[in-house]
Amino acid sequence: MRHTGQSYAPVISVRDLHYQYEDGTVALAGVDFELHPGETVALFGANGSGKTTFVLHLNGLLEGSGSVEVCGLPVKKENLKRVRQKIGMVFQDPDDQLFMPSILEDVAFGALNLGLSAEEASERARIALEKVGMLESHDKAPYHLSAGQKKRVAIAGVLVMAPEILVLDEPTTFLDPPGQRALTTLLRELPQSKLIVTHDVEFARSLATRAVFFQKGRIAGEGAADRIIEQFQWDQKLCKGQYL
Amino acid sequence: MHHVVLERWSRGSSFLHRRDARAKILALLAFLVVVATTSRAFEALAGFYLLLLVAAVIAAGLPAAGMLRRAAVVLPFSLTFAAISWLSGEPRQAVILIEKGYLSALAALLLVSTTPLPQLLRGLEMLGVPGFLLMVAQFLYRYLFVIVEQAHRMRLAGLCRGGLKRRSGGFRAAAGALGVLFARSYERAESIHRSMVSRGFQGHFQLLSSARFGWADAAFVCIAAGLPLAASFSARIWG
Repeated sequence: MRHTGQSYAPVISVRDLHYQYEDGTVALAGVDFELHPGETVALFGANGSGKTTFVLHLNGLLEGSGSVEVCGLPVKKENLKRVRQKIGMVFQDPDDQLFMPSILEDVAFGALNLGLSAEEASERARIALEKVGMLESHDKAPYHLSAGQKKRVAIAGVLVMAPEILVLDEPTTFLDPPGQRALTTLLRELPQSKLIVTHDVEFARSLATRAVFFQKGRIAGEGAADRIIEQFQWDQKLCKGQYL
Repeated sequence: MHHVVLERWSRGSSFLHRRDARAKILALLAFLVVVATTSRAFEALAGFYLLLLVAAVIAAGLPAAGMLRRAAVVLPFSLTFAAISWLSGEPRQAVILIEKGYLSALAALLLVSTTPLPQLLRGLEMLGVPGFLLMVAQFLYRYLFVIVEQAHRMRLAGLCRGGLKRRSGGFRAAAGALGVLFARSYERAESIHRSMVSRGFQGHFQLLSSARFGWADAAFVCIAAGLPLAASFSARIWG
């Protein structure tokens, strides 16, 4: 499904993407999608509808049939290093992302992998930590942080690579309401285009300029978040249990 | 948790904390070799070695009682071997075995309590320990806490459903929980790898800190390794 009304070239362009897991489960059955500069798109859909499988294709972690382009670069083996610099992936459980012994080292991890010197990487990591309000904790170990703080550090860990796109998988999981509010404010301030996989309709309403609804490995609907939520009854108040 | 305390202790700023990790590793190795190879007059020397270590613990600003207590974690193992020696008619050997085990544990504990893990691993890497082994150690250290927390939650869930009451049922439940924990850890390992690859990881860890081995470090190795060595030689000559 093409997004209209944007004059800039899309930063993500996906055409007829198919993917089947080894056990035969069809996860993606022909997905067409575009993300334009400055957009924030929420991905809705039931568990197992293909949302996470879809985003794992965007930086080459999974490889299906069809075409995926990020900032004009086809997601292929020879481009993966550049693609992974352009697309910052924040995973659902921050404990999976914060694996270094100290926060500064963890945030600098991506910058060092880009080939920056230790001094440059350290400087960039400090700037990224300041951006997410976590600079004071730079020498702490990740397990000393709250869930909200871990999430902020995980975001700093991708910001350090200066990405053009942020992809966030269930970013509000594990967060209490103040943590969710703080995350909303932080994401609103970040200039990157964003793709957010979420079940949290309020969070999506407050951030998304557009929403996409996944069903059985396809995009079943796309448009303004409110309209999609109503169309698919994707709200506690509207949901009649047909997705259970 | 145990390793959280050590983590806090290792972030100190004493003279010992400031030494390059390689200097401390080399000093520890020398100490362990001296302790392991000393047999004559060991009873008297053990007191001197203990004094040396306690002095270092105090100089590093670490709680002596806490360190001495934590080093005792090795005793159940050394006591087993000591009991075998005792039963085979070598009571002196049994006592020496316990003393050597305890002193070695205390010295190793002193190293990890005065060296943050990243620096320790970097030091080991620079001394030639295979990088893959160190990566495993780093991940184990980082995720031990997460896995123990998971195990604790599963135990609570089991207790809530009365699953750990009967002895035989308890074993079955524990075995099942262990299996689930293994499967979850495997899944987590895959997720961690995905997140590493997403941030440009290509199989080799780059580190922020650049270690420097200065004159103070060289002097520290000479003194820290020289003192127990000199004591051991003196015991051989005079003892």
